[in-house]
Amino acid sequence: MTLQLSRPPAGSRHASAARPGRRGPRRGWLFVVPALLFYGLVVLYPSLAGAVYAFTDWSGLGSRVNPVGLANFGRLLGDAEAVGSLGNTVLLAVALMIVQNVIGLALALALDTAIRGRNLLRTLFFAPAVLPPLVIGVLWKYVYSPGGPLDGLLAAFGLEGLQQSWLGDESLALWSVVVAIVWQHAGLSMVIFLAGLQGVPKELYEAAALDGAARWQRFRYVTLPLLAPATTITLVLTMITGLKLFDQVFAMTGGGPGYATETLSLTMYKQAFVLNDYSYGTALALVLTMIVAFVSFLQLKMLRRLEVEA
Amino acid sequence: MSRPAARRGRGLLLELVMAGCAVAFVFPLYVLLMVALKRPQDVAADVLAPPFPVYWGNLAEAWSSAEMGKALVNSTVVTSLSVMMLVLTGSLASFALARWKRGLGYGVFLLFVLGLVIPLQLGMIPLYQLMRDAGLLKTYTSLIVFYTGHELPLTVFLYCGFLRALPRAYEEAAYVDGATAFQAFRRVVFPMLRPVTGTVIILNALFIWNDFLTPMLYVSGTAQQTVPVAVFSFVGEYSSDWGIIFAGLAIAVAPILVLYFVFQRHIIKGFAGGLKG
Repeated sequence: MTLQLSRPPAGSRHASAARPGRRGPRRGWLFVVPALLFYGLVVLYPSLAGAVYAFTDWSGLGSRVNPVGLANFGRLLGDAEAVGSLGNTVLLAVALMIVQNVIGLALALALDTAIRGRNLLRTLFFAPAVLPPLVIGVLWKYVYSPGGPLDGLLAAFGLEGLQQSWLGDESLALWSVVVAIVWQHAGLSMVIFLAGLQGVPKELYEAAALDGAARWQRFRYVTLPLLAPATTITLVLTMITGLKLFDQVFAMTGGGPGYATETLSLTMYKQAFVLNDYSYGTALALVLTMIVAFVSFLQLKMLRRLEVEA
Repeated sequence: MSRPAARRGRGLLLELVMAGCAVAFVFPLYVLLMVALKRPQDVAADVLAPPFPVYWGNLAEAWSSAEMGKALVNSTVVTSLSVMMLVLTGSLASFALARWKRGLGYGVFLLFVLGLVIPLQLGMIPLYQLMRDAGLLKTYTSLIVFYTGHELPLTVFLYCGFLRALPRAYEEAAYVDGATAFQAFRRVVFPMLRPVTGTVIILNALFIWNDFLTPMLYVSGTAQQTVPVAVFSFVGEYSSDWGIIFAGLAIAVAPILVLYFVFQRHIIKGFAGGLKG
């Protein structure tokens, strides 16, 4: 209010500069132009072009482009490798979403106590999340290698019987990949849950304890509902990360053995940049986009519902 | 057992379990360091034994043959210039976008946020061709342009969230004093954005430094390749010579881990707060 009063009278040379304050800076769009140029060039135009090319026979060479309708998608349905990678991608994303968040929540609950060294533990658990995913992939490829550190560890505990061909066994490889990625990202979920836990007022626990609520009941009826926003965020984050997974799988298995760990991102990369089948590659990318969009849409609905309940 | 004793017992048990978890978490990193610091024949003899005496040969060879030094310089240049562009263009755009609550301006904000859910893969091929036709492949510029565009959605999202909660009074006082919009931004608003600028720098710098697929497509096999690309070419070159490969990995992760342990409080807070939006 004082600002309003101290404003110079209309007609003074300051008036025109002061006026736009209400609705944003004068010629505000000029401020947006540089960002919009980069964003349009790198994301908007190429994504739009990709979505269009998915319905053509575009080879990537020359300018000859014919519309082919849904042919690329029809081909996808008959392509065992692509269908398999679609299944793997969804399985991987769901498994990661569950395992990573259960472990992340457990770690967060443990660190939200008066336990000794909890700052050090938090730093350690989060550390793998800052490392390059490609490095993680190479590292775990060695950890899992026959006669490698994992087998060595089992042998040290007299558990030779449990030694496996961790990345070589078709029915096991995908789960080995899940473990490596959970190791990398569990700290991320933990940190988000911890931030959520710190927002839970301690009086609520005391009140619940006074009402005779047991430990489990306090967790179920006080902690979990108040963690709902943090949970939604990390669930969607892990799901989308899982759907787009590339670097770690590329380095660890390259999609093998056979197509056992092939993901959509990996198949798309191979089709486009190894086999030069651009239009089919973009069709695969469009399928991935639609799955991600669907998950994001669900997130929006869940968030809305939570906001209504809160 | 009395209640406090039971509680202390439970606390001790929890501490033991967490210590076990910590060992399990550190194990792969221990493997990384150990293989890098042992002779291949010593690794073959006992995979888990600690590296005594320490063998520096792997590190020396990795450093000289993989051009890791050059890759570290490349990654530093690309990361710092991209982050600078992001802070500049992102804060400037958000300064205007955060004020528009409806109409075209709000539509543009939503357009930026939409970028958060568009997978990179959808535009990957057309963008690659765009870069190729512009003659930008194998240059720093291609990567800096890519990261600036690709990370603007997150950057705008973070800046706008912060700006909407910022009191307008300071900015309006600047207008009253006759400042232009740009002057108000540069002298008054931008300095107040410091906390969120920190988050923007941390999240983007880590993403850019660690990113692999796009630099592999744009600059692999050139003198401009970034650290993850150099590591990958290394893996191909020394296929099963794990000592040298892991020495390469160690050189690649050392700078990140050092920065992480120095700034861990800020970095963890940046992730917890930034991703929560």
